[in-house]
Amino acid sequence: MSEKILEVKNLHVSFRTYAGVSHAVRGVDFYLEKGETLAIVGESGCGKTVTSKAIMGLLPESNTIISKEEGAQILFHGENLLDYSEKQMTQIRGSKISMIFQDPMTSLNPTMKIGDQIMESILIHQNVAKSEAEKQALEMLELVKIPNAKERMKQYPFEFSGGMRQRAMIAVALACKPEVLIADEPTTALDVTIQAQIMDLIGELQKELNMAVILVTHDLGVVASVADRIQVMYAGKIVERGTVDEIFYQYSHPYTRALLDSVPKVHTNNKETLYSLKGTPPDLINPPTGCSFAPRCEYGMQICRQSYPDVTRFSASQECSCWLHHPKADTKGLPESMIRRSVD
Amino acid sequence: MAEKEVLIEVKDLKKYFKVGKNATLKAVDGVNFKIYKGETLGLVGESGCGKTTCGKTVMGLYQATGGQVIFDGTDIHSLSKKEKKEFTKRAQIIFQDPYSSLNPRMTVQDIIGEGIDIHHLYKGEERQKKIHELLELVGLNKEHALRFPHEFSGGQRQRIGIARALAIEPEFIVCDEPISALDVSIQAQVVNLLIELQKKKNLTYLFIAHDLSMVKHISDRVGVMYLGNMVEFAESDELYTKPLHPYTKALMSAIPIPDPEEEKRKKRIPIEGEIPSPINPKPGCRFAARCRYATDACRQTTPELVEVTPGHFAACHRVKELNQLGD
Repeated sequence: MSEKILEVKNLHVSFRTYAGVSHAVRGVDFYLEKGETLAIVGESGCGKTVTSKAIMGLLPESNTIISKEEGAQILFHGENLLDYSEKQMTQIRGSKISMIFQDPMTSLNPTMKIGDQIMESILIHQNVAKSEAEKQALEMLELVKIPNAKERMKQYPFEFSGGMRQRAMIAVALACKPEVLIADEPTTALDVTIQAQIMDLIGELQKELNMAVILVTHDLGVVASVADRIQVMYAGKIVERGTVDEIFYQYSHPYTRALLDSVPKVHTNNKETLYSLKGTPPDLINPPTGCSFAPRCEYGMQICRQSYPDVTRFSASQECSCWLHHPKADTKGLPESMIRRSVD
Repeated sequence: MAEKEVLIEVKDLKKYFKVGKNATLKAVDGVNFKIYKGETLGLVGESGCGKTTCGKTVMGLYQATGGQVIFDGTDIHSLSKKEKKEFTKRAQIIFQDPYSSLNPRMTVQDIIGEGIDIHHLYKGEERQKKIHELLELVGLNKEHALRFPHEFSGGQRQRIGIARALAIEPEFIVCDEPISALDVSIQAQVVNLLIELQKKKNLTYLFIAHDLSMVKHISDRVGVMYLGNMVEFAESDELYTKPLHPYTKALMSAIPIPDPEEEKRKKRIPIEGEIPSPINPKPGCRFAARCRYATDACRQTTPELVEVTPGHFAACHRVKELNQLGD
C-alpha cells in the first residue's frame, strides 16, 4: 500500500453570485497516493476545476465559501491546507503542489519572458542565486523538449505556438519538482497530435519525478491511456469511482454510462444514433433534493428525487452512489454490466 | 446513395491572404473535391490546416484567390448580387462558436426569422408558425422565441444556430466545428439532430471538425487537410481503417480511444514537431519536414492527389512503396 499524500475530506465549496449562493462542490472525498494518476471526469460546471483550485488555494476569497462546519479538510501529508495562512500556502503552491491550466495563452504572463517565468518559481521557493536559477530553468525547458531552449528562454509567450506554450507552462509548474501535479484539462485546447505529445511528456516526467498527478478532464479517451483511478463528478458530487478498468468495463452509474456511450466508438456504425442525455445539468443555486442526475436519468425512480442515495461498494476501489444498487431496486431493463452486487 | 448527383464541385480552390510586404499566407492551396447530394463530406486536420477557410470559401464568405466552386452548375464566385442571394437561399453555414455567432441584441425569433425576411418566404402568422416549428425541430420550444441568446446554454445556442441555418430550407449546410464548443453529452445531442435532419430533409453537409472520431461517425467520405493541401481523401471507414498517407496514419494513431484495452494494444506513430507556418511555404510536399519517409523528391515537387485504390486518393510520392511494405 503506498502512501496517501493528499486527502480531501467532505469538501463543500459555494460561491456568492448575484442570483444567490451557488453550491459548486457539495461534499467531495478522495485521496491521492504517491506516483499515481487520478482522473476527475465530468462535464463543465460539475465542480472538477473548483475542487482542484480549492486544493491549490486559488479560489477568490471575496465570494468563495469553503464551509468548515461540515468538517471540510484538505490534508497534504496530514496537514490541513485549509488552516494555512496565505503565506504558508505560498510555500506549498508551486513547490509541493503545482497546477497546469487549460489555456496556456491566458495563464502565462504575456509581458514576461518565458525564462523569467520559470525562474520566478525557482527563486521564490529555493534559496539559490540567479545564475543557478537560470541554469535550472534552462534544464527545465530542455526537459519539456523545447528546441533551441537557450534562445527560447528570452522569448515571450506570443512567440510560442499553442503546444509550446503548454510545454512552457509544464516547465513552470515542474520547476520545483512538486510532489503533486494538478493538470486541469491540459490538452483540451490542443490538436490530437500535440495532445499525444503533451500527455506522453507528462507521463515521462511523472515517472522521473515520482509525482502524483490529478488529471481533470472531460475527455475519456485521454483518461483511458493514462489514469490509474477515475472518479466521475456530476453537479458537485462524486457519483462513481474506481480503477480505469472498473469504470470502463464495469461502470455502475447511469451517468458514467452516458459519458462513455455518447462518444462514438471504433466499432459503432456510421450515422448510428448516439446515446444522448436529455436536458442539461441542474442549476446549483437550488440543487435538487435527492440525486441531482435523476431528472436526466432514464432509470430514474421516485426515490431518486426524494433522497440522495448511499454509497454502494463493489470492490476495494469501486463505489457508486445510485439507488439502482439498493437491494430492493428493480434491475429489469438495466444493461448487464450495471447489475452489480455490493460487497458490504 | 443510389443516384450520386454532384451538388458541389470544388476545382483547384485557392485562398491566399496577404499578411505583409512579401508574405502570403496560403490558407487553401489548390484543393479539389466533389460533394454528392445527400451525403456528408468531412474535412479534418489540425488547427491552421485551412479547413475552416476552405468551408468559408465554399460558402462564398471569402472571395477565392483562384479556382472554382461550382454549385449545381454555376461558379459561386462569379455570381451577381442577385444570384448570390439566390445561392444563400440554398446554402447555409453553422458556425463554431455559439457565443459569438448570435447577435446578443436580437431575440431568438428575430435571429431565426432574419433569413425568412430577407428571402421573403413567410409573413405574419405563417412566419411565427414557421419559427415555432423550427424551434421544436431542434429540440427547443416556442416559449424560447422571445428570449435573448444570453439566456441559453452553449448547447441550446448551437441549436439556435442550427435552426437559423434551417429556416430558409437550404439544400446544403457547411457545419464549421459545430460541436467543438460543447460538452460530450450535448455533442451527442447535436450530432444526432444533424443526422436525423439529414435523413428527413435529404440535406448535404460539409462537416468540418478536428474531432476525428465524430467526423468518422457522421461522414460518408472524409478529406484530410494539411497546410492548405488535401493529403488524403476516401470513404470514411476506409480512411480510418486503412490510411495511406504518412500524415493520416500519424493523425489516426493519435486519436485517444476511450477504451483502456484498446489503448494498450494500439501502436502510436509519433509525429515530431508542430505544423509549420503557412506563410510563404516551401515548395515540395508540405509534410516533408515532419515526415520520416521524406526523400529529396518530396522536398522538391509537390505530390498530386492520385487515386491509389478505387475511391481512395492520397498525395504522397512514396505511397505505393510505403504501403506495400505494410508500414
